[in-house]
Amino acid sequence: MEIGEQLFRRESGRIVTALSRLFGLDNIALAEDVSQDVFCRALEVWKLRGVPQNPSAWLMRAAKNRAIDVLRRERVARNRAPQLANLLASEWTMVATVDRFFSAETIKDDQLRMTFTCCNPGLSEDAQIALTLHLLCGFTVGEIASAFLCKRSTIEKRIARGKKVLADSKELFDLADAALQTRLSAVQRAVYLLFNEGYHSASAESIVRAELCREAMRLGALLLDNPLVSTPASYALCAMMWLHAARLPARLDQRGELLLLADQDRSCWDASLIARGNELLNRAASGNEITEYHLEAAIAGAHSNASRAVDTDWTRLVWLYDMLVRIRPSPVIALNRAIALAHVNGPESGIQAIRAIAQSEQLQSYPFLPAALGELELRAGHADRARKHFEQAVALARNPMERRLLQLRVEATIA
Amino acid sequence: MSEFIYLYRGGRRAESPAEGEKQMQQWVSWLQELDASGHMKDRGQPLEAEGKVVRGKQRSITDGPYPESKDIVGGYTLIEAKDLAQAAQLAGGCPIFEYDGLVEVRPVMKM
Repeated sequence: MEIGEQLFRRESGRIVTALSRLFGLDNIALAEDVSQDVFCRALEVWKLRGVPQNPSAWLMRAAKNRAIDVLRRERVARNRAPQLANLLASEWTMVATVDRFFSAETIKDDQLRMTFTCCNPGLSEDAQIALTLHLLCGFTVGEIASAFLCKRSTIEKRIARGKKVLADSKELFDLADAALQTRLSAVQRAVYLLFNEGYHSASAESIVRAELCREAMRLGALLLDNPLVSTPASYALCAMMWLHAARLPARLDQRGELLLLADQDRSCWDASLIARGNELLNRAASGNEITEYHLEAAIAGAHSNASRAVDTDWTRLVWLYDMLVRIRPSPVIALNRAIALAHVNGPESGIQAIRAIAQSEQLQSYPFLPAALGELELRAGHADRARKHFEQAVALARNPMERRLLQLRVEATIA
Repeated sequence: MSEFIYLYRGGRRAESPAEGEKQMQQWVSWLQELDASGHMKDRGQPLEAEGKVVRGKQRSITDGPYPESKDIVGGYTLIEAKDLAQAAQLAGGCPIFEYDGLVEVRPVMKM
């Protein structure tokens, strides 16, 4: 039987969550050691005995037994809140208490609370994300460093700082807390950034990227499962992720090269993810607030629901981008708006719109700005200008895949 | 056919779940092969690294002393083979050699 990384990612998040509730947030290092030990022992046993029918249940049982060992031996419970300390101090109530913390329902609630705890406003967004990936998604420091193109030491510092803030807060964030709405925005933002890092990052390998997307979706699903936090914005955020993720299988061709949206084989898009994404977007439509997640989900939906590239509703896209630029002014969004505009009003209008933002500092080294100009000049019949733009884009490419994709566009201007 | 025991000695433990999973998959497929070719008698059990030694007329109990940690038995498997030579040759497929361990092959004494 195959047991992928997914099993370890998922179960490690659940085990660390349950253990840190038992041992206290000031004992996270102990929770992580025990969790790591459970995995190593599992593999030792499984290699001789074979993988059990239900590996998750096996791991949970092993974690529970190890937790009981630790509680008997280490006396970690003494510093806990008196109520819990009493339950854990007596042999009579300890095992039942451990059982309760390891029940599926409790773990699910606690994972949500742990996510809220990690997204502490006292931490930078980067640190919130690193901490969430580490504690809830079982990513090692090295994996996070390679996903975000950072040095190991940078991530180590972020996580160490995060753990200190966690230790100070002692208990998991309480969803009944008055600060819930503020904290929820931070969680949504962290999930959003995590997904985008996986979806758009120019750097990391495709395997890591797919995992980041999957973990973001898993955390998003946790939000939808709890009525306190399944707000329209949470639904919209998930709708956006599902509608984008549906297109992931078509982003590379058979040789592993990047494909432009217009060139993708749309039959490879995941119809069930699109259906679910549309459903989530419908549910997001309650309430009277339109968030950037609503608009981004609608934009993703406009692409994912077009079964042929020519069916894309560009007029609607221009309108959506107009709204989005108003809520969140950003040159990248303005660039996308310009591209949509060119589809409606012709290439010249797009070129003008891009010129208006071309001075933006943020876009100076962004290869898809000259690439967009190249596409529009090509469409307007100016192959020479198009080639210059594409050559500029090639020079700015951030990785070999982008370079090859853009080089093909240069060649298209000659053909 | 005669019975033999494989004693797995030493061998680095995996340092990460990813490495451990790789090791595990190798072991699983090796043992499956033994099973499929009719050599498997009992998959055996892994052993904890810790233990006590009881010795002497006094029955004195100590932690260890073990020989070098590389010689600690980490588990065993019972197999069937034509003779000791075949049993030893079959042990050559064990993944433990990739991780600095060794397999001790011992015939189970016959009646």
